[in-house]
Amino acid sequence: MLLSSFRRSAATAAFRSPYVVASASAATRRTMMAAAAAEPLMKTSLNEWHKELGGEMVPFAGYELPVLYKGDNVKNGGVMKEHLWCRSEGKASLFDVSHMGQIRWHGKDRAKFVEKMVVGDIQGLDTNHGCLSLITNDQGGIKDDTVIVNAGDYIHMVVNGSMKFSDMAHFQKHLDDYDGDVTMEYLEDDMQLLALQGSGSADVLSKLLPEGFNLKTMAFMTGLDTTIDGIENCRITRCGYTGEDGFEISTPSGISTIQIASKLCSDPNVNPTGLGARDSLRLEAGLCLYGNDLNETINPIMGTLAWTLGKGGPNARRRQEQDFTGASTFLKEDGKLKKQARKRIGIIGMKAPARQYTEIYDVDGIQLIGEITSGTFSPCLKKPIAMGYIDTIMSKNDTPIKLKIRNKMVDAHVTKMPFVESNYYRVPE
Amino acid sequence: MSSSRFALNLSRRVLGKTLRTKVASQHLGATRLSSYYTPAHEYVKVDGIIGTCGITDFAQAALGDIVFVSLPDVGDEFDAGDSFGSVESVKAASDVYAPVSGTVVEINEALNDSPELVNSSAEAEAWFIKIEMTDTSEAQKLMDETDYEKHCEDEA
Repeated sequence: MLLSSFRRSAATAAFRSPYVVASASAATRRTMMAAAAAEPLMKTSLNEWHKELGGEMVPFAGYELPVLYKGDNVKNGGVMKEHLWCRSEGKASLFDVSHMGQIRWHGKDRAKFVEKMVVGDIQGLDTNHGCLSLITNDQGGIKDDTVIVNAGDYIHMVVNGSMKFSDMAHFQKHLDDYDGDVTMEYLEDDMQLLALQGSGSADVLSKLLPEGFNLKTMAFMTGLDTTIDGIENCRITRCGYTGEDGFEISTPSGISTIQIASKLCSDPNVNPTGLGARDSLRLEAGLCLYGNDLNETINPIMGTLAWTLGKGGPNARRRQEQDFTGASTFLKEDGKLKKQARKRIGIIGMKAPARQYTEIYDVDGIQLIGEITSGTFSPCLKKPIAMGYIDTIMSKNDTPIKLKIRNKMVDAHVTKMPFVESNYYRVPE
Repeated sequence: MSSSRFALNLSRRVLGKTLRTKVASQHLGATRLSSYYTPAHEYVKVDGIIGTCGITDFAQAALGDIVFVSLPDVGDEFDAGDSFGSVESVKAASDVYAPVSGTVVEINEALNDSPELVNSSAEAEAWFIKIEMTDTSEAQKLMDETDYEKHCEDEA
């Protein structure tokens, strides 16, 4: 068996089937090729810290990051243990996600401009409130997913590490044609991003926050500037990529990041966690990975992400105004959604894990009706789970299907997501 | 426990991971099990014309937590180098290749319910298949334990 295949990066995915074809832009190729070729990998502030803790480093989105932790001194390392820790009562997992792009938007027209780029109701965000949104292209395809927060006098936007340069090139192109007061500030290496996820995160993080800061009243999808462990100019956002309660923590780069990460990990309830567990956690939570489950040939309707267009059905402001790039390609004039030929679904019931590119057939195993875009073995459910796209007429829950795994037709069925119930925080009444 | 078995376990504790089946075969008496290894980290333990195949301890350590093993059926035939199954962790799957040619006469059903056995006992309880070999000399062309250890050091 070839051990090298285990170290291949998710960022270097190349799509092969008509179901999920994507053409990578030059900027994306740059980040992807940096991982593959002679260009050295970029390092986050925690690079040495990861190695000291036993991090097994791999290329991802052009950066060197830990896929898991292992070693004689590592008690809760490996994808399985790291994953299960995150979902354990009172525990928290710490991820280094500094490869992701952090952008600040300034100027009085910032919300109006950002709305041209994304599908969500950005102008409607109260101060400190945020949302998940999608950046679209002229054909209504998704260029990236992003978390956007109204930070009061600026807008805070986080995009995927593999797409950040492509996204900013896209924004710049539109900025050049835009007549208004808006500037885009890429925080580059000045700021790092950590994610603390798990039911124990609030307790752990509150120990490092200023006196009087009450996390009990901080709602899901809100963010605040704050001091952490005495370090100023940090920002915390109550959101994440695991389905658990948690926080994304933006900190100044360098020793500040190391100090905060070390302080957090000194808490016995916190476990440093790698990209391997990050992927299995998000898949159990039914969350998309851009590049696998979303790409420029998929629009928000196909991706079952129409909710990002805002509340109110067809009468939602953004569905009526349709002033974001590519809106009319998937919205009718009255704001209703155009029917799509295929749809994103969950898949379960197969005995063997089914990974990206696995073909989906009808129950007779004759007609090709879809393809899996992400698949793994669920550490919580102890069975294989997958996400993929299927002909809309076959997409009802419990529809029996066949998966072609290693040239054998294997039984499975369509199911709803998330696979594991989410624990997003609700402020008590 | 017989005194020879006791000595084996004691030396395992003393010498740690470096103790290999070569020493084991010297203690276990009449039946000599010779172990051979492929560069791709499979092993075959030869007993007459039956070869017991699996992946090595070095391989399971590199793979991480094993969650699924795909085995062939009894009666399936393979040439040396053919893929006969796969082993999967949470993150990825890897083919496993036949170290020798032959017909599968037994598969280790225990791995269906307990794939994690591969992590805890790769070269003992977690054998994958037993092959009736078509050509016993094929095994001898593979690496012996010493050469395999060196191969692992070079790869690490």
